[in-house]
Amino acid sequence: MSRRPYVRRISTTTWYLKKKRDLVHMIQELTSLFVGIYGILLLWGVKALSEGPEAYGAFLEALTGPLSLAFHWVAFPLVLYHAISWFNVTHKAMPIQRGEEFLPGKYIVGAHYVVWIGFSLVVLFVAGVF
Amino acid sequence: MSDLQLELEILRYDPEQDQEPRFQTYSVPCQEEWVVLDAINYVKDHIDSTLSYRWSCHMAVCGSCGMMIDGEPKLACKAFVRDYVNKTVRIEPLANFPIERDLVSVLDDFMNKLRRVKPYLIRKEEKPLSEGEYRQTPAELNKYKQYTLCINCLCCYAACPQYALIPEFIGPAALTMAHRYNQDSRDQGRAQREEETASHEGVWDCAFADACSLVCPKHVDPASALQQMKITSTVDWYLEHLGMGGKKS
Amino acid sequence: MAKSNKPLVWGLFAAGGTLTAFVTPVLVYVTLMAAYGDPPAALDYENIQAFAANWLGKLALFVVISLSLWFAAHRLRTALHGLGLRADTAIAVAGYGISAVGTVLAAYYLVQI
Repeated sequence: MSRRPYVRRISTTTWYLKKKRDLVHMIQELTSLFVGIYGILLLWGVKALSEGPEAYGAFLEALTGPLSLAFHWVAFPLVLYHAISWFNVTHKAMPIQRGEEFLPGKYIVGAHYVVWIGFSLVVLFVAGVF
Repeated sequence: MSDLQLELEILRYDPEQDQEPRFQTYSVPCQEEWVVLDAINYVKDHIDSTLSYRWSCHMAVCGSCGMMIDGEPKLACKAFVRDYVNKTVRIEPLANFPIERDLVSVLDDFMNKLRRVKPYLIRKEEKPLSEGEYRQTPAELNKYKQYTLCINCLCCYAACPQYALIPEFIGPAALTMAHRYNQDSRDQGRAQREEETASHEGVWDCAFADACSLVCPKHVDPASALQQMKITSTVDWYLEHLGMGGKKS
Repeated sequence: MAKSNKPLVWGLFAAGGTLTAFVTPVLVYVTLMAAYGDPPAALDYENIQAFAANWLGKLALFVVISLSLWFAAHRLRTALHGLGLRADTAIAVAGYGISAVGTVLAAYYLVQI
């Protein structure tokens, strides 16, 4: 009897296309690209703001360009997905034990949703959207 | 009298004959309440006695019949045949492990990693027997109880995309076992375990894909354990680098 | 086995992931309106200038910009490895470098407002 274990190789570049679960996770990771680009967009806005009303006006003007519009439309659902997928696992990273038992995860996740929706509505209200 | 017919497409690999694995199809008359393990046992007993696979308890306790069933890591004793009627079911050994023979995987890698994380109680000083037992409240027990339910079936490693890409990754079950002891009120070994668990190959190779927890047949939730360990390791790292660290015990 | 220094960036990643989950969607929605040429009142120069002139406003903008960058840099490092890129050190240096520069620039621009 001789041992000759067989090792199955996987593709290091396309493995996540084989399984829906892995593909969803990859998309989840890639949403961070849009969060990052949006951070740079905010940085650009702050730079314009620091340079005065004219530069800031040019920034707002630039936002209406087709590239900006396309970015926003792609980014919006993806950053929403980032938020949802992030909140949905918060109870795993931060379980809360009350007395003997652990608080059911849905309460921890739910609290995040409540704060998220409340905060978003406040921002929209203060921003003068409605 | 059989209730339903199952087509099993089983991966075969004979290290003495085969250059690479191949699939062999078996048609198995099943009873409604059978699990996939029953169907595989039927193959072994009535169709092809050369088939190799591991099993023991038939009740999701021993952890030896973890295998890929229709592409998902599952316990063959916990997967009902009625969920696979009218299709051909692929049965393969656990993904991400080398194949010893047929459905038998080589588990040495996991065994070595499990040893490295010191999965046992560590005391700085043992209490003398005369002082009695180490007592624990129900709340202290609940802090780690869930993680004791792991049966080392290694379905989590077969589902983990990071383990697939980084074979050095200590991985879900072994790290969870480290967490189980870290969380135990009787234990004082976290600093020792962190030498392994807080290395690159420890929790930091985890990308929180959550696949381990989704496939775990015992609901151990390894992903939760690993994220908690990341937080603790981060706090410990900052404490250590700010010079307030509980140094090596 | 040496302990990893990843906690240094992981702390920023975790904080950034949480913060951006709360704030980025609504902010993108607000600038999406601006992209349609219809920015809400808050984006008028006087209003946003007053917001950023306040030190609390500065702090908020600084934290959101900086943590967005650190979060993205760290997560993309993992994602790019998953996509098959193996130049991990170069990717880490580039990503964290951009985040560090962006953090300094954000502070620099904000104190000038």
